[in-house]
Amino acid sequence: MLRFLFIRLWLLIPTFFGVTIAAFGFIRLLPGDPVLLMAGERGTTPERYEQLMQQFGYDRPIWEQYLDFLGGVLSGDLGNSLVTKKPVFTEFLTLFPATLELSVCAILFAAALGIPAGIVAATRRGSWLDQSIMGTALIGYSMPIFWWGLLLIIFFSGMLQWTPVSGRVSLMFFFPPVTGFMLLDSIISGQKGAFTSALSHLILPTIVLGTIPLAVIARQTRSAMLEVLGEDYVRTARAKGLTPLRVVGLHALRNALIPVVTTIGLLVGTLLGGAILTETIFSWPGIGKWMVESISRRDYPSVQGGLLLIAVVVMVVNLVVDLLYGLINPRIRVS
Amino acid sequence: MANSATTATTVPAPGGGRRALLREFWFYFSENRGAVIGMWVFLFVCAVAVLADLIAPHGATDQYRDALLKPPFWQEGGDPRFILGTDAVGRDMLSRLIHGSRYSLFVGCIVVTGAVAVGVILGLIAGYVGGSVDSLIMRVMDIILAFPSLLLALVLVALFDKPSLTNAMIAIAIVQQPHYVRLTRAAVMAEKNRDYVIAAKVAGARPLRLMFHTILPNCLAPLIVQAALSFSTAILDAAALGFLGMGAQPPTPEWGTMLAEAREFILRAWWVVTLPGIAILVTVLAINLMGDGLRDALDPKLKRS
Repeated sequence: MLRFLFIRLWLLIPTFFGVTIAAFGFIRLLPGDPVLLMAGERGTTPERYEQLMQQFGYDRPIWEQYLDFLGGVLSGDLGNSLVTKKPVFTEFLTLFPATLELSVCAILFAAALGIPAGIVAATRRGSWLDQSIMGTALIGYSMPIFWWGLLLIIFFSGMLQWTPVSGRVSLMFFFPPVTGFMLLDSIISGQKGAFTSALSHLILPTIVLGTIPLAVIARQTRSAMLEVLGEDYVRTARAKGLTPLRVVGLHALRNALIPVVTTIGLLVGTLLGGAILTETIFSWPGIGKWMVESISRRDYPSVQGGLLLIAVVVMVVNLVVDLLYGLINPRIRVS
Repeated sequence: MANSATTATTVPAPGGGRRALLREFWFYFSENRGAVIGMWVFLFVCAVAVLADLIAPHGATDQYRDALLKPPFWQEGGDPRFILGTDAVGRDMLSRLIHGSRYSLFVGCIVVTGAVAVGVILGLIAGYVGGSVDSLIMRVMDIILAFPSLLLALVLVALFDKPSLTNAMIAIAIVQQPHYVRLTRAAVMAEKNRDYVIAAKVAGARPLRLMFHTILPNCLAPLIVQAALSFSTAILDAAALGFLGMGAQPPTPEWGTMLAEAREFILRAWWVVTLPGIAILVTVLAINLMGDGLRDALDPKLKRS
């Protein structure tokens, strides 16, 4: 297992350097002079221009600049945001818990509904129940989630007035971030109604972000389950006279879940992409909204740093999924 | 399976040339009812896009200042001139939706063509040449895949001077082509040591001929299925970019852009928000249904089970 871990880590190294090169190259590829871009609309004097060139090191050879950037990355220094002047890394760390909370809730929502739906569809293959579950799943898979979010807002926030439209918690409440997760912080704060408020803010974004993963998980569970149900050991278990619940729930499910776990892991990239749209619609103060705003405000250091950090998050999650996969499926470890 | 007996009698014998192949394809494709429905809906959207100028009752950007935010005709206050109502500046929703179908299908076609062309060539080279070329190409693809695709597309659009539909299409094509590289490479690796390839090599076929003429036709099935999937993803991504203001720009009647313009009216005028989304959903759903049918018809593993 340890060997497996090292091989996976070793393979990540070139990709990591590639990602740093991509993020570094990003600012250089922008049309126009980086210093003039930072100076903005007001422009700059020639002396100030020279000074800035030196300050940011743009007068040195490109490889030296890259090594500088890499050194910064490895020591957690990603430069400062042009808008807030705060370090990009700090900004990322303050906003990341919001996205993480939303993503975790979305995945839990998707798995909690998708896995049972897939199992039911597989065990009743061909029935109207199977067809309607799979039909719904395909609709979910085809859903433009930014529109789906607007629809939910119209219905639940506009017509029924059940949920708030935006933000993470009602403005009535204020408590210092302890964990960064609003659900936990609201409990820790001990303020009455804070938890309910946080929860009601979280529900719609969770549904919106979880919709596509839900559809993917349901489809994947169904096909994995169908494959497993045809295996000899399932027939043996049935022949032994075990109850259908035990056969499906214990013997078949365990093996069917292996590809499902991989699928869930691979959904993380999709999830962070979806977070961009979901956070924009619900004004959720997370990474996705921050990236969209940084791009439209032309805050390049933030875009560069955010891009790099998000790629690292995706890579780490993929690594964890790989390891998990090796853990639950011993056959893969050998190859 | 129950239908294996009928399969044996009705499937045309292999080796009957291209028409027989097509007939066999259609046999498996039409077994999937959803796929056939999806195909008809898709053909309908295509027809609407082609005939947009003829069937749209008004111009896509014509403004009627006397009819701002009119609801659809069946609602109180509706205007029979505007069947599906008008938007905030008095443009006919139906006409804009009809014209919008052109953009979505165009985006799908261009993105898939671009991504397939580049991806297949790179995949063929990586799989056929192997060695350090292969490693280099695959590492670059790994890097592209390390970023969430929508985020990378957004950043790529920002790299170009100005957001526009063209830039959005280029960005989406770049983001999608690694999938084709991986698929092609895997297929080429599986095929390149088969007897027929070696025979062609011995007969004196050059590498280019081997790659494109001998190997490629035998790797097509997974590529076609992937093309259907990425056609629908391209439409969704382009609409998402339009919605974020980084795709087609107003007053283009692109569905995602229309949604972005409609956002502030969500609680006042349901039709400006609901209709473009339904258009996107129906088109994408139709293509995905077709994609499922294509997979059933082209994937030999599934076919014979």
